Formats: sequence, C-alpha cells, structure tokens
Amino acid sequence: MAVVSLRDAVRELVRDGDVVALEGFTHLIPYAAGHELIRQGRRDLTLIRMTPDVLYDQLIGMGCARKLVFSWGGNPGVGPLHRLRDAVEHCWPLPLELEEHSHAGMAAAWVAGASRLPFGVLRGYRGGDLPARTRVATVTCPFTGEELAAVPAHRPDVGIVHAQQADRHGNVQLWGIVGVQKEAVLASARSIVTVEEIVDELQPRPNAVVLPSWVVDAVCLAPRGAHPSYAHGYYDRDNEFYVAWDPISRDRDRFLDWMRRHVLETADVGQYHASLEEAVVA
Amino acid sequence: MSGYTPDEMMAVEASRRLADGMVCFVGIGLPSLAANLARRTHAPGCVLVYESGTIGSKPEELPLSIGDGELAETADAVVSVPEMFAYWLQGGRIDVGFLAAAQIDRQGNLNSTVIGPYEKPRVRLPGGGGAPEIAIGVRDVFVLLRHARRAFVSALDFTTSVGDNVRVVVTDLGILEPVAGELTLVAVHPGADPDQARAATGWELRVSDDLRETAPPTDAELTALRALRTKGAAA
Repeated sequence: MAVVSLRDAVRELVRDGDVVALEGFTHLIPYAAGHELIRQGRRDLTLIRMTPDVLYDQLIGMGCARKLVFSWGGNPGVGPLHRLRDAVEHCWPLPLELEEHSHAGMAAAWVAGASRLPFGVLRGYRGGDLPARTRVATVTCPFTGEELAAVPAHRPDVGIVHAQQADRHGNVQLWGIVGVQKEAVLASARSIVTVEEIVDELQPRPNAVVLPSWVVDAVCLAPRGAHPSYAHGYYDRDNEFYVAWDPISRDRDRFLDWMRRHVLETADVGQYHASLEEAVVA
Repeated sequence: MSGYTPDEMMAVEASRRLADGMVCFVGIGLPSLAANLARRTHAPGCVLVYESGTIGSKPEELPLSIGDGELAETADAVVSVPEMFAYWLQGGRIDVGFLAAAQIDRQGNLNSTVIGPYEKPRVRLPGGGGAPEIAIGVRDVFVLLRHARRAFVSALDFTTSVGDNVRVVVTDLGILEPVAGELTLVAVHPGADPDQARAATGWELRVSDDLRETAPPTDAELTALRALRTKGAAA
C-alpha cells in the first residue's frame, strides 16, 4: 500500500474491461474516484453496486459501462436515473447488460466474495420473476433439507470505496453507515480507498470499520470526495444536488454539457468543487 | 384544520396501524412519514429500521434518502448492510414492512422492476431493492399506493415481490385487505365512494358487504404530520 494520487491509482489499477465496484450505501459514495474513471475514459466496465445512484448514472451516460450488476437503481427520494433508463430503453450511448438481484442477494454475494466462498446463501428470491432473469440457483441444506437460494460471489477486479480517514501508513477507518464497503474491498483483487483526511494516528470510533493497510492497494487523498453524498462527521448529504440532478440528467445534451464542465474539464476533486461553486455564482 | 391532502390521509391511516413497540422496516417517502407520525403520536415506542443499517432511528426531520446522516446519529444501533438483511430481516426480527410499487395485482403481488417486457422495457423502474425479501421476511406487509388503473392491474408486467404477507393496501381512496385470497375494498376515505375505487382498479374489484368509512385525520395527527414534513418527503 502507498498513499498516491487518485490519478495514478486509477491509471495503474483500473483497466478497460474490468469488473469494478464503487460501493457506498447512500453514505461515503466514492464520487471523486468515479469521476477519475470518467476523465481517464475507461470503457467496457462491468459495474457492481447495490444501489447505483447518480455516480453510476454519470458513468453509464459517459459510456464507461458494458454491464451493470445491481439491486436498486434510482435517485433516492427523487425519481429514476435518466441515464440508466436511456441506456436500457434506448441503448444510449451504448447498450447496457443488466444482472439484477435483490438487496439481500447482493449482500450475500458480497459476504461470499470477501469470504472467498463460491456463493452466498439466503432465504430469498422466492416466487416472483427475478430468479428466471438473473444468476441465482437453489441449494438444498444437507442438514435440514430446506431449499435455499444461492447467489454467485462478487469477485471484482477492483473495489473502490471512500472513507473518512487514513493514517500515513495507509490504514483506513470509516464509520457511520458502513454499508458493504468492507466486503467490497475484501472481495476484490485490487482496491482503492479515497479518504477525506490523512491523520497522524487513527482514533478509534464507535461502530468503525478498520481496513489495515495490507488489504488496500492505494490510498488517495480526496477531500469532499463523496459529494453529493456525505461523509459522517465531515459534511452533510447535498440533498439539493440530488434534486437538481433530475432535470440535468433528463436531457442528453444538458447532461453532456454538465459532465464536460464539472468532470472532464476539471483535473481533480478540488477543481470539481471549484467548478460547482462557480456555477452557483454564475 | 378541516382540509388535508390524499397523501396525508394515506400516511395517517397507515400510521394508525402501527402499535407501540412494533418493529418496522421503513422505506423512504410515505412509509417514512407514516412510521414517524406513529412514533410522535400513539406509538412512541415504535422501532424504525431503515435498510441502510440503522435500527431504532428517531429523526427530527424526514430524511430524503434511507441513508441520511440523521438516521445513523439518532439510531440505537447501526449495522452493516449484510447484517441488516441476514440477522435482522431474515432473522425474523421485523414485524412490519412497508412496500410500494408501480403495479399491484389482486393477490398483492408487486412490480417495481419494468413496465413492458423485461428485455425491452417501455419503462425501466429502479428494481426490487429490499422488497423481495421484505415481502417474505416480515410478519405483515403494508402497501401504500395511489389508486389508478395503471397501478392496480389484472396482470403484472413483472412480479418483483410476492403478496403472501400483504395484510393491507392503503390508497388515496380507501383500504383494501385480503379476503379469501383477494384484495377487497373494506373501507373508503371520507368523500370517496366505492365506484371511484372500482373505476381506478384494473380488475373487477370486490367490495366488502360491511364497507366502512375511514375516520378523517384528527387535528393532532395533522399537526404532528405537518411538523415532520419540513424537508424531503419527495414521494
């Protein structure tokens, strides 16, 4: 592990065609890293995430993704993801293959991946049309005979998460709503963690997840790198941004203009925030 | 305070069905409004569980997303998402789960996946999220859904979750409950009549012989409800 720039981490660790998970369950969503994937023009990615929200809308709309593995794709509390819909309904800018699960199935697949087991097991996917449309099978309990659902483990090439802090050795700590970030890092062959702050020493926090430096390939400083989601103890969720995203993303040209101005023509997360502040003033 | 909106009627009626001490799996929008209203009125000990991992959340304001920081700050416990679904939902610790959808059929099966064929949908919806396992993992499923023919359909375009545990459907016109395996209109809200509900249902809606009228929201309920709606509540 080394503390490196996000640009170098993405250049060295993420390749075209990779299976990539940028996880975060409404909290600590790794926007800065996702934006760097877009800047570097990654293509043919298989994107995994339980709750693809605005960040995956941006990656899909910019043509980075070939396939999406997910369980709920929307703009929470606001409405649909227009770029995701456009890709599925009209193949714009590219066709998007879907592998769709339930939250419980995705969670089990993450635990299996982190555990290096071939599949996760749960009492789920019962009835309904989802089993016929996704990768799920039935296994029989050898002890009770109960039939249970089996979902294949997630084993991404690269897992990317955002955390509050790392120390100078690259040990990482995150807290608050911790989602599936620990599982996503441990299930992946390579991992990148962006952080709000690099501190001399990590202070233990209630309910914290600690990722020792030796399970992380790159730690990158990206202050406010989870915006418009939030970092508990640092800044709140920018709910207004999520509401504003709806009209921006509804129109292809308006979306592309926005991405050009705030992502493609900015070099890093600092410039991204400066460009947003300029847009508010202008 | 005589006037109130259909959404307020729905939230109030749903909240009345939550008893003190019940453990509720809450989604965003109307379910969150209903559960928080119950907690501030007749059921202060109602336990709100949000799928982001917060157990016993006590938000002052309604969250916009199921993972807003206030839900974690006010929770009794915050757990990981795998733990939430495995230990708490699958573990049988949740009494009531709220679900919504784009479509419902007469058995209470729900569609939140696609309108049109799966491979070439006319409308790609967000997908099941927690719903498939909430539908089978809780004791009682409450559905909140506005009454309309495009939502109350004779055949779903896609079955996202099954209706086995659906105990009540609260709409903007009235209340449906399963009677002999079929959702039946058992009450109408003040000002609504059964013909409106029939016209807004895509199958031949059964109406209970002893159809009741829902009590309108009280002043106390409306005051508490409106105090909550200061932020978000986008549904």
